[in-house]
Amino acid sequence: MEKDLYRQRELSRIKEDIQRNVYKFTRNPLSIVGLSLVCMIIFIATFAPYISPHPQSAGKYVNFYETCKPPSLAHPFGTDRFGRDVLTRTLYGYRYSLGMAAMVISIMGPIGIVLGLIAGYYRNSWVDTVIMRATDIFIAVPPLLLALAVCSVLTPSIFNAMLAICVAWWPWYARMLYEITCSLKNEFFVQAAELTGASTFHILFREIIPNCLAPILTKMSLDVGWVILIGSALSFVGLGAQPPTPDLGTLVADASSYLPELWWEAVFPAFAIMLVVLAFNLFGDGIDDMLGEEKGG
Amino acid sequence: MPTPLLDIRDLHVWFRVFKGFLRVLDGINFAVWPGEKVGLVGEMGCGKTTTMKAIMRILPIPPATIRGGEILFGGKDILRMGQGQLQKIRREKISMIFQDPTAALNPVFKIGTQLQDVISCTSESERSLKNEDIKARTIQVLKEVSLPDPERMLENYPIQLSGGMRQRICISTALVSAKELLIADEPGTSLDVTIKDQILRLIGEIVEKRGTSVILISHALGAVRNMTDRVYVMYAGSMVEAAKTKDLFDNPLHPYSQGLIAATPKLTGGGVGEGIPGRIPEYIDPPAGCRFHPRCEHVMPICSDKKPPFFEANEDHQVACFLFQNDR
Amino acid sequence: MKFIIKRLAYSVFVLVGLSILMFAIARVVPGDPARMALGPRAPEWAVQRLRDEMHLEDPIYVQYYHWVKGAVHGDFGRSLVTRRSVASDIKEFFPASLELALYSGFFMGLMGIALGAVSGWYKNRWIDNAVRILSYIGIITPSFVFAIFFVLIFGHALQILPTIGRIPSSLTPPPRITGMITFDALVTGNLFLCLVGLKHLLLPAISLAMGPLSQEARITRTTMASNLDKDYVAAERSSGLAERTIMFKYLLKPSLIPTISIYALDFAAIIGNAFVVELIFNWPGLSRYGMNAMLQKDLNALVAVVMVYGILFMVVNIIVDLVVGLLDPRIRLGEKSSE
Repeated sequence: MEKDLYRQRELSRIKEDIQRNVYKFTRNPLSIVGLSLVCMIIFIATFAPYISPHPQSAGKYVNFYETCKPPSLAHPFGTDRFGRDVLTRTLYGYRYSLGMAAMVISIMGPIGIVLGLIAGYYRNSWVDTVIMRATDIFIAVPPLLLALAVCSVLTPSIFNAMLAICVAWWPWYARMLYEITCSLKNEFFVQAAELTGASTFHILFREIIPNCLAPILTKMSLDVGWVILIGSALSFVGLGAQPPTPDLGTLVADASSYLPELWWEAVFPAFAIMLVVLAFNLFGDGIDDMLGEEKGG
Repeated sequence: MPTPLLDIRDLHVWFRVFKGFLRVLDGINFAVWPGEKVGLVGEMGCGKTTTMKAIMRILPIPPATIRGGEILFGGKDILRMGQGQLQKIRREKISMIFQDPTAALNPVFKIGTQLQDVISCTSESERSLKNEDIKARTIQVLKEVSLPDPERMLENYPIQLSGGMRQRICISTALVSAKELLIADEPGTSLDVTIKDQILRLIGEIVEKRGTSVILISHALGAVRNMTDRVYVMYAGSMVEAAKTKDLFDNPLHPYSQGLIAATPKLTGGGVGEGIPGRIPEYIDPPAGCRFHPRCEHVMPICSDKKPPFFEANEDHQVACFLFQNDR
Repeated sequence: MKFIIKRLAYSVFVLVGLSILMFAIARVVPGDPARMALGPRAPEWAVQRLRDEMHLEDPIYVQYYHWVKGAVHGDFGRSLVTRRSVASDIKEFFPASLELALYSGFFMGLMGIALGAVSGWYKNRWIDNAVRILSYIGIITPSFVFAIFFVLIFGHALQILPTIGRIPSSLTPPPRITGMITFDALVTGNLFLCLVGLKHLLLPAISLAMGPLSQEARITRTTMASNLDKDYVAAERSSGLAERTIMFKYLLKPSLIPTISIYALDFAAIIGNAFVVELIFNWPGLSRYGMNAMLQKDLNALVAVVMVYGILFMVVNIIVDLVVGLLDPRIRLGEKSSE
């Protein structure tokens, strides 16, 4: 009987939390715009083969009757010099770009986070030194440069581009978690957990991490934009996706030599890049509003 | 009866938030006469600082709006003054000591720089001072607050000083421009009790020497009792009682004041009082009528209906409570 | 002063680590670098000679040792593409990139802070909203898109700015003192050449700067807006300080601190994006050289280029940390325990 009451109160508290978070998120209309754009883009990326008008344009395809046509009803984004539908290729482009970003962040995020946690918790030990010096070395060069370098020694492909970005990306999560963990380590709740004999695993994952959720989630969603920007730069120079794979950067690169006549080939994919980065930036700002500290008053 | 130096009449201040308005100040009436030391007591969050900020017109105006009322200083309404006159008042007549001295000092500038700027803008209207004069005046001001080695102090940054020293710097800054009225917002609250005591004593000495009026805000009744001539008690955005200090502490009339004074531990025994049941109301949807009525043991039907104005309970002792409506 | 020495020592350590990392990456490449460099038609003895020269058949730490020995003397090996010593390639191409990066970085810092400050002062007025929208556009647009866009508009449509190279081939460059055209031209008194160089710098520098500039503007604005609500501003107002004094002096300095802290990161973005932008504008700089090295798997050049930029970035980091320390006494003097 008591347990039921307790459960009830917990549930209503959770409901209240969710309501409060939704309220905070929706305070800024831009965040809602971001959320809807993100949903739309994820939808596009998942269902690209089913919603694009000419799915065959995404691969090896040539249709000389339709080459270089400007935007029209049949081809809202026009066609490129092979006769492929630019709209389709753009939609598929989202697939690759978003997929790449998702993979990078879901692999590198946890690795960087765990490394940063450990380094921060065992501060001033050899673990800390090793991990943090490693991050220092990796961030001694600009991330795009590192990604380019790694990419260039491997055979160009989307997978290798992903690998390169992973190499360049993990230190940032590690650093952020390191700083947060260091400052949280001295908080009372951690010390209390230590005193009651909680295992290190518990402390790290059940005490500290929930308190870092705000910056982690914010960073992750802003990072999707960054990874896409870097990924498209890699593809642009030819080190990432290879033709005929329609990665957004490749699309812009292919089209850039035909400017300004076939403007639609470059302009739409470029806007597509901007749109997805904008979407995740707005969404990330919304997450920051929702989970971050209360401001103003 | 001479005119008061400062006379706040029916001041309403609201804060805009997403859900609506926080009706923080609900018709404040507050007066200070020249040379008087007035205390303002109330719980945290009852609007004391907001009132003082309204006087200096340093409320953050986008969320805050002033919905009505006047703040008369020397006969003129501060709220409707032009920028030039307002600056004159801030530079020469009124100044404020903030609650948290660490937050009130700009962390990236030297003490000397900040103090010198305040002094040179203050004396603009008098006469322009030369650099050596300004520096001399700075040192003199620092000496007045008993700071050791003022010459060295000028070169320090706030981060290098202890809390007590920072508070003294804030006081000295305020002294430069407080010829007529000094507002002390919970001085020494964030400091050790011994330091706090020193600070209060310092303020008292300075005020005695200069004859400035003081508004002392505190939620520590002991300090107020020692230092003030008159006291206002504030609750949830309204003044509920105003009396000479001795009268208030000997004979608190408003139910809230009674609870407040009863809850203060006394050296003369009697144990710790019980506190008042309930909490201060939400400003977004405050209780109608008297804002204290949900917590009051003597509540009557009229209390939830109309807001009680000040009634004269005794000589120089006013209470905003319908219990005293028919008393003369 | 002690601070600088400590940082320098630490930086050396990091650079050594970086060189190991880069070296490892460069040697991880599948395939035979010597064969790839000389092409499929080269005779085997030539390929073998190159292999010996590059010590490719030795264990990796021996290779690294050879590399370090050379690097300390400024010898980074030979470029597999240009066939010249990498060191001389660097000497030739680095000033161009440095010039571009300096102008870009300067523009980014100046405009970023100025726009952010204006945006913060006139909070929520039209200029604030305009700057915010522009900075969003700056953040979401890749620099190569800016580059292409500028080329289209200013180069082709309006035809008012050049888009290729540093100076037109019809003109002779100024005598080479630093290798930076505008600077050399100015020093030798050739104002015309300096202006021409500036004109050529305009588009690439601005393309590179747009992204980081927006970040700086955004942070400056946010910091200013939040500082406006701080107690010390209210205290300064209540002391009667003139509004102008408060804005230009007492608000600006603390607001600049976060902005300058991220300046190094934004400069890193410039360096990184330069690789793509130099390619677009055919700018004969180290980044374009490096880009070519990457595309053609010129490993010696690759490692050297990364090291050069690593050093540049390190220097920028140290300068930024010094400036922040100058601005913020809390960092300089350390936190004293507050009561």
